[in-house]
Amino acid sequence: MPLAKLENVTFSYDKKINVIKDVSLQIEKGEYVAVIGKNGSGKSTLAKLLNALLIPDKGSVTVDEYSSANKKQLFEIRKRVGVVFQNPDNQIVASIVEDDVAFGPENLGIPRKEIGERIDYALNAVGMQEYRHSSPMHLSGGQKQRIAIAGVLALKPEILVLDESTAMLDPKGRKEVLDTVRELNAVHGVTVITITHYMDEILDADRVIVMQNGKIAMEGTPRRIFSEKEKIKKLGLELPLAMRISEELISRGLPLKEGILTREDLAEELCSLKRKI
Amino acid sequence: MFVKAENLSYVYGSGRLSFRALNNINLQIDEGEFYGIIGHTGSGKSTFIQHINGLIKVEKNYGKLTVGEFDLTDKKCDFKKLRSKVGMVFQYPEYQLFAETVFDDIAFGLKNFCPEMKEEERLVAVKEAMESVGLNYEKYKDVSPFDLSGGQKRRVAIAGVIVTKPEVLILDEPVAGLDPEGKRDFTALLHTLKSKFVKTIIIVSHDMDFVAENCTKVAVFSHGEIIAEGTPKQVFAKEEVQNSGLGLPLTSFVTDQLKEAGIDIDCDLTTSDFIEKVAETLQERGDRA
Repeated sequence: MPLAKLENVTFSYDKKINVIKDVSLQIEKGEYVAVIGKNGSGKSTLAKLLNALLIPDKGSVTVDEYSSANKKQLFEIRKRVGVVFQNPDNQIVASIVEDDVAFGPENLGIPRKEIGERIDYALNAVGMQEYRHSSPMHLSGGQKQRIAIAGVLALKPEILVLDESTAMLDPKGRKEVLDTVRELNAVHGVTVITITHYMDEILDADRVIVMQNGKIAMEGTPRRIFSEKEKIKKLGLELPLAMRISEELISRGLPLKEGILTREDLAEELCSLKRKI
Repeated sequence: MFVKAENLSYVYGSGRLSFRALNNINLQIDEGEFYGIIGHTGSGKSTFIQHINGLIKVEKNYGKLTVGEFDLTDKKCDFKKLRSKVGMVFQYPEYQLFAETVFDDIAFGLKNFCPEMKEEERLVAVKEAMESVGLNYEKYKDVSPFDLSGGQKRRVAIAGVIVTKPEVLILDEPVAGLDPEGKRDFTALLHTLKSKFVKTIIIVSHDMDFVAENCTKVAVFSHGEIIAEGTPKQVFAKEEVQNSGLGLPLTSFVTDQLKEAGIDIDCDLTTSDFIEKVAETLQERGDRA
């Protein structure tokens, strides 16, 4: 059974324009799913539907056996689906890191002792134990965002949703967050849904979902998605830089293999070319 | 208009809680550059750019800063005039729109900087500014800025800055948060602005590929100091920069790897030059064999 399921979901903010149109989607346990698409394509709305911040006008959203159509079950869904947003400064509530991480579990009425354990687990998982007693104010953007993730992890969610969580970070902060998320997925088995504009951030995903105009326009592994070059361009997206460059080199007559996605691939392929020659 | 900092320092706060954000910066940005400023959060980039249009003033005995004919260390410096010549676009400028119509938002700076300007002149200036950022005047002047898309809002914000006809335009992370198409359009817009409306562009960016592709020169900030300065090619070749954790542009990463494998690619790090030189070099080797 899938962990989360959207069935024929339609949603509108103003009862006029549907921003999500008849979308069906299943998320399996342990998956790493990336959602891409132009601004306004419905990506963030999808995230909010998943954790029952928004309720579909038509269709249903279920997480485990809970449905967001049932008001009494909203809390169960929100416990299971944690969202980290773009701006780290808007997501920190306390003046000490451990208080901030404890905020969610405290609201759920979890016993003191267990909250302590959850803080340990969450800070450990994002590699921020040593900052437990620090003030979040003095942390870098990447560190603040990791604290925001820890705050979500302390609720022991089944699914971690990242809504452009690296957009405001510098390269180091971005890398910290990405490494943390990859590890959460690989080591701790957290199901991850990441919404992003960075094409290179989706290369690690098991599955990519491309949104356009409130609908799913494409779905598949990163490799498969990027093999449909024309379609990607039509959707207002772009191929990873390494791929664009390798295509151009191929058209100039260099015998490179198809489907180069990363800079490491490109470098290796060019070096091996030299050996072949 | 050039920008010249000599031994420029800046300290936030005082006593035990003070923080030295800039430490003896020496930097000259010549007229006509598309100048990139890179560095980690907290490295001093923002403190530096806010000095250029006088939002942060140079403290006594903390060095010297000259922007064209303006000596910012001079007590008599006309900051108002300076700010109309040095435009500043902050991060996520779309969140700083406030007026009821696009026209009013763009005209706001004009009213402040040029209060003596006549209504008709103002109208012409706003129209020009809108068209220079690719917004149709008739179509958008009476629209609420809040009804526009993210990319359009950002254009309105830029129009509100270039309406005073600055010579230097400073932008803090201008393409952050835009989707790939928006990013491409916006980058093209920056080049149009540079060729037609402003003389110098100074950009703070975290995107190394963007910097390598677009900037004529780059300065790398680290802990309040400049650790490297020059063309992207010179800067990204430096060990301090390679070890800074800022990351490298793809073109620089791949040429470094090729170099280790014994192939020298002498390119300026733009993708077009990279493709040209790689194709040429590797093709040539093929021909020879």
